[in-house]
Amino acid sequence: MFKKLAIGAAFALALTPAASIAAGGGEQHIEDFAFSFEGPFGTWDQHQLQRGLQIYTEVCAACHGLRYVPLRDLKALGYSEEEVIAYAADNFEVFDPELDDFRPAIPTDHFPANNGVGAPDLSLMAKARAGFHGPYGLGINQLVKGMGGAEYIASLLDGYTGEEKEEAGTVLYENKAFPGGWISMAPPLSDEQVEFADGHPATVEAMSEDVSAFLMWAAEPKMMERKTAGFVGVIFLTVLSVLLYLVNKRLWAPHKSKLRNED
Amino acid sequence: MSGIPHDHYEPKTNGEKWLNSRLPIVGLLYDTLMIPTPKNLNWWWIWGIVLAFCLALQIITGIVLVMHYTPHVDLAFASIEHIMRNVNGGHFIRYVHMNGASLFFVAVYIHMFRGLFYGSYKAPREITWIIGMLIYLMMMGTAFMGYVLPWGQMSFWGATVITGLFGAIPFVGEALQTWLLGGPAVDNATLNRFFSLHYLLPFIIAALVVVHIWAFHTTGNNNPTGVEVRRGSKDEAKKDTLPFWPYFVIKDLFALVVILVVFWAVVGYMPNYLGHPDNYIEANPLVTPAHIVPEWYFLPFYAILRAFTGEVWVVQFASFITGGIIDAKFFGVLAMFGAILAMALAPWLDTSSVRSGKYRPMFKWWFYLLIIDFFALMWLGAMPAEEPYATFSLIASAYWFAYFFVILPILGVIEKPLAQPETIEEDFNAHYGKADADATPAE
Repeated sequence: MFKKLAIGAAFALALTPAASIAAGGGEQHIEDFAFSFEGPFGTWDQHQLQRGLQIYTEVCAACHGLRYVPLRDLKALGYSEEEVIAYAADNFEVFDPELDDFRPAIPTDHFPANNGVGAPDLSLMAKARAGFHGPYGLGINQLVKGMGGAEYIASLLDGYTGEEKEEAGTVLYENKAFPGGWISMAPPLSDEQVEFADGHPATVEAMSEDVSAFLMWAAEPKMMERKTAGFVGVIFLTVLSVLLYLVNKRLWAPHKSKLRNED
Repeated sequence: MSGIPHDHYEPKTNGEKWLNSRLPIVGLLYDTLMIPTPKNLNWWWIWGIVLAFCLALQIITGIVLVMHYTPHVDLAFASIEHIMRNVNGGHFIRYVHMNGASLFFVAVYIHMFRGLFYGSYKAPREITWIIGMLIYLMMMGTAFMGYVLPWGQMSFWGATVITGLFGAIPFVGEALQTWLLGGPAVDNATLNRFFSLHYLLPFIIAALVVVHIWAFHTTGNNNPTGVEVRRGSKDEAKKDTLPFWPYFVIKDLFALVVILVVFWAVVGYMPNYLGHPDNYIEANPLVTPAHIVPEWYFLPFYAILRAFTGEVWVVQFASFITGGIIDAKFFGVLAMFGAILAMALAPWLDTSSVRSGKYRPMFKWWFYLLIIDFFALMWLGAMPAEEPYATFSLIASAYWFAYFFVILPILGVIEKPLAQPETIEEDFNAHYGKADADATPAE
């Protein structure tokens, strides 16, 4: 029995993602935020996603695009068809090859790409970064905490120390969450920068969390569907395995007298 | 088909006779499904079914994904996002396909190490073993090319590093690499041919699987004792075996479903756990990722590839006597393929007359050390190429080769094996008691 356990444990160890091992090291500090969408039964907090969208629109969108996210998907944040149409038209212009000109965005368009200042696209950012790598770079803590992409973004936005330095004509800002410690993005958020309709506080920390939740949704819009399918599948397969166990036991019983005689 | 004596299909109705005299397909299926199987098979014998399931799963999900995927450097990454966001159920099918590759390799490694422990590779099952190794090589090729298709950063740089291995071959390497890539670097031509081959190879694997099954249906399954089924008569064989259907089909299906519970939980709750975050960044030939790491299932052999640097005396010696033709890079490539070849040669390197590791008191411990070595290499393959990992990798790689080329041949000579049971029936009855057809089955 112990041997089997040991082999099982060894396999669990071996299956730790290469990613987490390789990206380990450094003195990055990633805060473990308690997002509502975490865990098997976690769901989106629609108010948080709406606040996150507002922060993205008013702050991040100045430099970063969301090129893979269709505007029509915003209905998943609790907006009506009309609200999405209005949001698209009010905030974005897209180039239409048929008109050979720019026109206001409509829901079937994507959020525009933004290559203006060379800032990375944010569509998949929450999946393209891992927040947790421990212990010893093995990545086993991801089993408990998750990959931590949203945590990474939130920690980064809230991780500026206020120090800056100039290197080869570029100003770098010290950041506790960024690998290497110095990032070229100036601190994007400041307290009370955004005014929320629901009166939610707009501290840097609260906004960091909100916009990270929104970016997690942008990267993985089907997360809730996925978890539901996972739950249904696990329940179905568990029941099926119990039935098969009983069939198997009964099938073999005539050939295994110890199953009958010895107890 | 020769093999263990058992009842064959007899066409009864006129219709059956008509078909059987023209195409004996029912008889073929019957004989395949009713093959007498050693009744003492333990739970390590269920992975063949899991592998067959994985192949079917990957082919079916793959065919659906191809309907929505675009193999072009400018469009591939976006088409994956199209699958993830717009295609009905596309996100789940893609995650099943992604993680299905991992399940496939978990299963194949357990299946292989089971064979290595119970001596399933030994005569008369060498052909089954060799076909299995070919399937494993094809699986690695298929998985590698499949990982390139999403055209993320790890796709691109993984392809660059791995195809670079062929560039290390003396004289022809550079030309060969260019020919493989369809150009001087990984680009659209590479993506297209990888897509084509990724679609082709699984069907070649499927054909090899048929040959694999055919081969062991001729020799009969090995079993935990390594003792052969008695073949004197049908009655004698019946004492050692039970037909594959229904006994082993139901047993294997039960095991498969238990494994699928775990698989489904991984797909549903942590589908990216085994992936690399960098592959959610579109490929960029101008930006090299900080660490280029292959998928977990390649790590043990990747560690062996990197272990042999120019500072190792074996490498320097090889370089000296070949006049520099075998440099450190080429030596690493040879070592990596050699590590797989060593496994393929196991039937001829193992000199012991005893099949099953259960009755080999010394072999057991060297085998367990090989398992530990395998996991150690996997861990080391993911570590940066620096001390102390480099030294550890070298030691672990050395053990891998020592196991096959030194330990297996010597053990057969010096080891005194334990007593084996006379028959499979004896072993089975010792565990489970005699079969008793009259007793009513109890719950």
